[in-house]
Amino acid sequence: MLPTTADLMPVVVAVPVAMACLLAVLGRALPRRAVDALTLLTMLGVTVATVVLLRDTGTGRTYTWLGGWTPHGNVGVGIAFVADPLSAGLAVMIGVLATCALLFAWHYLDAVGGHFHALMLFFAAGMEGFVFSADLFDMVVFFELMGASAYALTGFHVEDETAVEGGLNFGLVNSLGAYLSLAGVALLYGRVGQLGLPQLGEALGHHRPDALVVASFVLVMTGFMVKGALVPLHFWLADAHAVAPAPVCVLFSGVMVELGLYGVARVYFTVYGETLPHDDIRRAFLVLGVVTAVVGAAMCLGQRHLKRLLAFSTIAHMGLFTVGFALLSSDGIGGTAVWVVGHAGVKSALFLLAGLLLERYGTVDELELHGKARDQRLGAALFFLAAIGLAGLPPFGTALGKSIAEDATLTSGYHWGPALFVVVSALTGGAVLRFGARAYLGLGDAPHPEELAEATPGDEEPEGSVSGRTPLTMLSAIVVLLLAGLAAGLVPDIGRAAAHAAERLIDGPGYAAQLLSGVRPPAPEPEPAAVWTSTGVVLSLLSTGLALLVAAAGLWLRRLRWLHVLTPVMHRLHRLHTGHIGDYVAWLFVGMAALAALVGLPLM
Amino acid sequence: MSIYAYLVAGYLILIGSYGIVRSRHLVHAVVSLSVAQAGTYVLLLAVGYQRAASAPVFGSTTKPNTGVVDPVVQAMTLTDIVVSATVTALLLALAVQINKRHGTVDPDDLAALRG
Amino acid sequence: MNRLGRLLLFALGGGVVSVLFVLATFDLPDFGSSIHLYRDLAVPAAVQHHTANVVSAVNFDQRAIDTFGEETILVASVVGAAALLRPSADESERRAPDLGRTLESTRLVGYVLMPVTLVLGVDVVLHGGITPGGGFQGGVVLATGLHLIYVTGTYPALERLRPVVPFEVAESLGAAGFALLGLLGIWTSGAFLGNFLPLGAFGQILSTGTVQVLSALVGLEVLGSMIVLLSSFFAQEISIRKAGADQ
Repeated sequence: MLPTTADLMPVVVAVPVAMACLLAVLGRALPRRAVDALTLLTMLGVTVATVVLLRDTGTGRTYTWLGGWTPHGNVGVGIAFVADPLSAGLAVMIGVLATCALLFAWHYLDAVGGHFHALMLFFAAGMEGFVFSADLFDMVVFFELMGASAYALTGFHVEDETAVEGGLNFGLVNSLGAYLSLAGVALLYGRVGQLGLPQLGEALGHHRPDALVVASFVLVMTGFMVKGALVPLHFWLADAHAVAPAPVCVLFSGVMVELGLYGVARVYFTVYGETLPHDDIRRAFLVLGVVTAVVGAAMCLGQRHLKRLLAFSTIAHMGLFTVGFALLSSDGIGGTAVWVVGHAGVKSALFLLAGLLLERYGTVDELELHGKARDQRLGAALFFLAAIGLAGLPPFGTALGKSIAEDATLTSGYHWGPALFVVVSALTGGAVLRFGARAYLGLGDAPHPEELAEATPGDEEPEGSVSGRTPLTMLSAIVVLLLAGLAAGLVPDIGRAAAHAAERLIDGPGYAAQLLSGVRPPAPEPEPAAVWTSTGVVLSLLSTGLALLVAAAGLWLRRLRWLHVLTPVMHRLHRLHTGHIGDYVAWLFVGMAALAALVGLPLM
Repeated sequence: MSIYAYLVAGYLILIGSYGIVRSRHLVHAVVSLSVAQAGTYVLLLAVGYQRAASAPVFGSTTKPNTGVVDPVVQAMTLTDIVVSATVTALLLALAVQINKRHGTVDPDDLAALRG
Repeated sequence: MNRLGRLLLFALGGGVVSVLFVLATFDLPDFGSSIHLYRDLAVPAAVQHHTANVVSAVNFDQRAIDTFGEETILVASVVGAAALLRPSADESERRAPDLGRTLESTRLVGYVLMPVTLVLGVDVVLHGGITPGGGFQGGVVLATGLHLIYVTGTYPALERLRPVVPFEVAESLGAAGFALLGLLGIWTSGAFLGNFLPLGAFGQILSTGTVQVLSALVGLEVLGSMIVLLSSFFAQEISIRKAGADQ
């Protein structure tokens, strides 16, 4: 039988696994370049396949019941893989980011044997499987596959004491999150007797939400919220990003963390959408999103270690993405999707540039690097371009997504939305700009000797060996990612495509009808394309301008006495981030309790 | 009591998490994580149990139309047990390396990731 | 945060979550009830595919993609653990020292029971589709059976018995084989991991189609993985030393 487009989904999961197994065994026997080439070719193939899948999916859904177990009536025993425009888009993003990360690692990582490459392929396969899966238990399985590969990749540099510590913190908290999700799945299964998302949605239907529905929701969402680094389940992210190799951080910040939010959205809309009222969930995730954005931005400002700074900026942006999702509207989620793509491009480029800095100077501490990178003209240009993109300068995809989301908040009646987006983007962008200005331009107050002596988290050793001119592979990876971030804002009609994708995501009953009975969704209504509006451009320029101010304030902080009133608050916040695994788990349960209160109390 | 089994499962998950919170030794923390996971298995198997039903394997003694317990939760649990053994091993490998590099496995003494 | 603060925080969070969980259990069907919707679908589907062990049918036929994901987690974790336990730049592997003695009678028990255990393991794997068992269980029995030589004997004896590379190959072969068989299913039956082999007679060893084959592949993979995993830990503890250090 000839394969159809829908068969591309399991192929995209199975082929990297098979190649990874091959490399795990042959890695030591083959020359390093062969291992690199095979891995790169595999991920390129995955990228091409996912692009074809995206194109063929259009605005509908591509699906296949694996093993041939199509359901009869509303029930079945099989598991489906589904690609709607949003998940197909995420699948393409996974492919592109993994390809660029592997391209960068070509000359970067001193990897002996095939282990690093095998783990990267397993990681990519896990993410692709998670994005396509239409079964709750299966999602948890691929979630754990993502996790297992990620823990090993984080701690990969075993000689670095912080790497293994970060890996273990990451591993313990994420695994606990996955097991709590599994407990939620068990509760739901006990009530409904099904595991597939469409079947669960049909069975829960318009049930009155009782304690079991709320409990299973809170438990299932816990794993995804840990992955998505929502406060107070975010502590592991800064640890993991600070110590993982740069190509791995590309995948972490670019797509893995966003997949946590995707999991929340997918499971909510398909399973709980008819049962738990939209208003309650909107309120709950708005609160979580705002807190995450504010905490992330505040912590970001106080970081000296570039990778940790970027990690907190990812947390802040995840808060903003959560606010966008929480609007539960097609323009809110569509804007968030465009923002995610733009963010992935610029954030990944920044992480790779951090890797380059670590290579050349042996440190990514802001004060230690003061002025040292003055001769890196190209690196500086790329860095500032990416930082400005992060702050939200048009025409980067970040700015377009931000303006669509801002419009959406205003339409939904949350007038503080644009202010939050502008301020958080400015704070995080400003922190990165400040770092760049210190490192590449030598601006700002010279550091005191005692400031230099303070140990920063993750005093690292170089991860590979680069000398002389930066290799073309590393530069091209950075440039490709930056261009992708830029392109997200320039591709015509991307706003409309994202809005249609969001519509498909929100349509839970339509998802069930199509998967169980083959009912095709109606073509989406032609709506005005979400493009650059004048308000959007003005707000984006405002956030960029504010970012420059924030950077300047950070550079000459000692002279700005009035800002020092904030120091005790910042100090308190920093003290909470202890690196102690017991604290992380305690906060995890506080977060669960918060979600339970936010969702459960209004229903009582 | 008809919910006793579920309460046991919930207790295991809670006590496993508590173990991680108060742990003074990383190996203890990883093992507590396994205890929490065992709780989820108990929950799954309890949800699938039926009184006076036999095991879901047919043969000469159990004909194909006798009542059996839920095979799906058993399938989920058995694959998960083997997998969790290896994930636990992965975490323990990290703990071994931490011990080597830091000289300690007490979370209170591991201070490299503050701030 | 000090210890007390941490415990109080956990008490707060854990308390709320526990209350919610207990309330939820009141809404579950009674323990031991007879309402199991998925079972009522899975059992006839298994019988239809001539698989006597319904659990194996669920694992390798109906929800095979789950098992594919799980066994990939297995390989990934073992590859990850092996990567994490590799000798670092300043270390090297030495010959394992001869540590201690064991009683002759203990060693005899090991020599006698090891082949018995291995045969049991092979039996559990091969009959996975028709009796309780399967690749996961049988693979673990095989791997730990091999280590009886270590438990009742010495580490150098174990090293002689299990060269690591063939087991690495076995692990990869099992996992890749699962993936490739699934891909083959696309061509033969139109669906990934479709059951396209002849189904045979119910209860016979050559029945169940691809279930037995996938089970055997998983058995191979679990055997290889466990051996590699344990050997990495042993090597890290016993053989790896800082370069230039004495034994």
